[in-house]
Amino acid sequence: MKHFLTDLYRSKAGLVGAVLIMVIVLVSLLAPVLDLPDPTRGDLRARLVGPTWTGLFTPGAHPLGTDEVGRDILSRLINGSRITLLVATTAVVLGGIVGTILGILAGYKGGLVDRILMRLVDIQLAVPLMLLALLVVAALGPSLRNVVLVLALTSWIRYARIIRAQVLSLREREFVQSAHAIGASTLRIMFLHILPNVLTPALVVGTLELARVIIMDSALSFLGLGVQPPTPSWGRMLADGRVYISSAWWAVTFPGLAIVLTVLSVNLFGDWLRDYFDPKTRSAK
Amino acid sequence: MIGFFLRRLGESMLAIWGVVTIVFFVTRVLGDPAALLLPIGASAADIEALRDQLGLNQPLMVQYFHFVTSALQGDFGTSFQHGRDAMDVVLERLPATATLALTAIALGLVIGAVAGSVAALKRGSAVELLVMAVALLGQATPVFWLGIMLILCFAVNLGWLPTGGYGTIWHLILPAVTLAVFVSASIARLLRSSMLDILQEDYIRTAKAKGLLRSTVFFWHVARNALIPVVTMTAILTGELLGGSVVTETVFAWPGIGRLIIQAIEAKDFPIIQAGITLIAAIFVLINFLVDLLYGVLDPRIRKAR
Repeated sequence: MKHFLTDLYRSKAGLVGAVLIMVIVLVSLLAPVLDLPDPTRGDLRARLVGPTWTGLFTPGAHPLGTDEVGRDILSRLINGSRITLLVATTAVVLGGIVGTILGILAGYKGGLVDRILMRLVDIQLAVPLMLLALLVVAALGPSLRNVVLVLALTSWIRYARIIRAQVLSLREREFVQSAHAIGASTLRIMFLHILPNVLTPALVVGTLELARVIIMDSALSFLGLGVQPPTPSWGRMLADGRVYISSAWWAVTFPGLAIVLTVLSVNLFGDWLRDYFDPKTRSAK
Repeated sequence: MIGFFLRRLGESMLAIWGVVTIVFFVTRVLGDPAALLLPIGASAADIEALRDQLGLNQPLMVQYFHFVTSALQGDFGTSFQHGRDAMDVVLERLPATATLALTAIALGLVIGAVAGSVAALKRGSAVELLVMAVALLGQATPVFWLGIMLILCFAVNLGWLPTGGYGTIWHLILPAVTLAVFVSASIARLLRSSMLDILQEDYIRTAKAKGLLRSTVFFWHVARNALIPVVTMTAILTGELLGGSVVTETVFAWPGIGRLIIQAIEAKDFPIIQAGITLIAAIFVLINFLVDLLYGVLDPRIRKAR
């Protein structure tokens, strides 16, 4: 743990990513106590008010401006971050659990199970993930639960492939062989001996997946297939603000910046995490 | 080589069959087209009559068999909105989508290859830092937002280019550049790291030691080997571009398959949705098949190993 933190501290990019993630998560968790204006309540006398940089310190002002029905953009961004983080994290964890279990199963059992699962992965990879997500959301109807399910569905294959490859080499290691020799059951070996050894790669995949899922989630809500209004979401804010692009640049600029900042910090941290756990790149440094 | 070719061909056919199956089950089982087609408040008898007419009352397996056999012949039924064969409507939009995707891939490959090679060869310089920072930023930017920002800058504020639409080369510039940024960011990062790996290889040192020209070493020894992962990445990116076309085409009002699918989703026009997604997936499967064959040409080791 100590080495983990010192290495993180030494890598500038990883540190910046980690700090930014902490700030974003903290702000979204603290949203209820921050005394923000109601993100769903408009004020028709204050439609499309431009940003005022001093507004942060004046109560009732709109530091990042307002949208087409006079809702405070800063408040909508912060409240939207709660939804985005909730959806993305749940989807990535859900996809991670399914993908890890199936990856271990395919890698350890081998044979028919492995062939069927990997063929399934190939078939799913043949459909571009965005289209698969669109298809399922269109059929199920857009809702918080369905968006999470769809994003998890696009995510499990990445875990399954990488975990399977890890398990294939773990299977031949002595500690697994000896557990097998003293008569441990398959389930016991898979969960007690193999699972702890694939949690690290699963974590690395998960972090990098988080960035991809955040973008895909905002793309879905940009197309009107994400979490439904009045719940604020970044993608929806972009779609709504786009109509007023010639008169109110702020309505479409800030939600995008929020997405870029979040994805960038997750990517920075994820890249560092991957290098940290990958002995090959580590020794090269 | 022939065995490999046939096996990959079989796998590709299997993948297309799988796609058709996914499309069938997702659209047919999760949503009831008859209930969606009729206006709200239609009587149960009306719904039942339409179900009969559409063949929805037959056993699921019969419906599935019927769907797969006609889908493989390109028959997805008649579009509810257009009143014409769904696949015909989709195919009419293919040139627009293909033009955009190919221009973006070509542009992105050139920019990404130059940026990635420069970053690898000038390791530790300010140029490398700049290239990598821009690439990281490019990967973190959602394509649709970048598109909107470019419209804001070059169409709304400067008025140099049209905000959207189709027809002239001027309409192509903004959407193609938007997608090219996304492509080149991935290519530049990948090419840099694969080149750095190869520059450490013994055969590069040998090539330099025997006094070959720097350009010979670069093109014959470094670039050729570093390009193999780039080919894989290009195939993956093409898939993402085709899938992502739903978003880009919406932003730029580009009349391609992606925008057609989105409009079909809004109108619950299932034949169009099914035909569009199947066509894109089939193109993607075809690209992956061709890429696998290309490996054999690029890298003789793969050809022999298989």
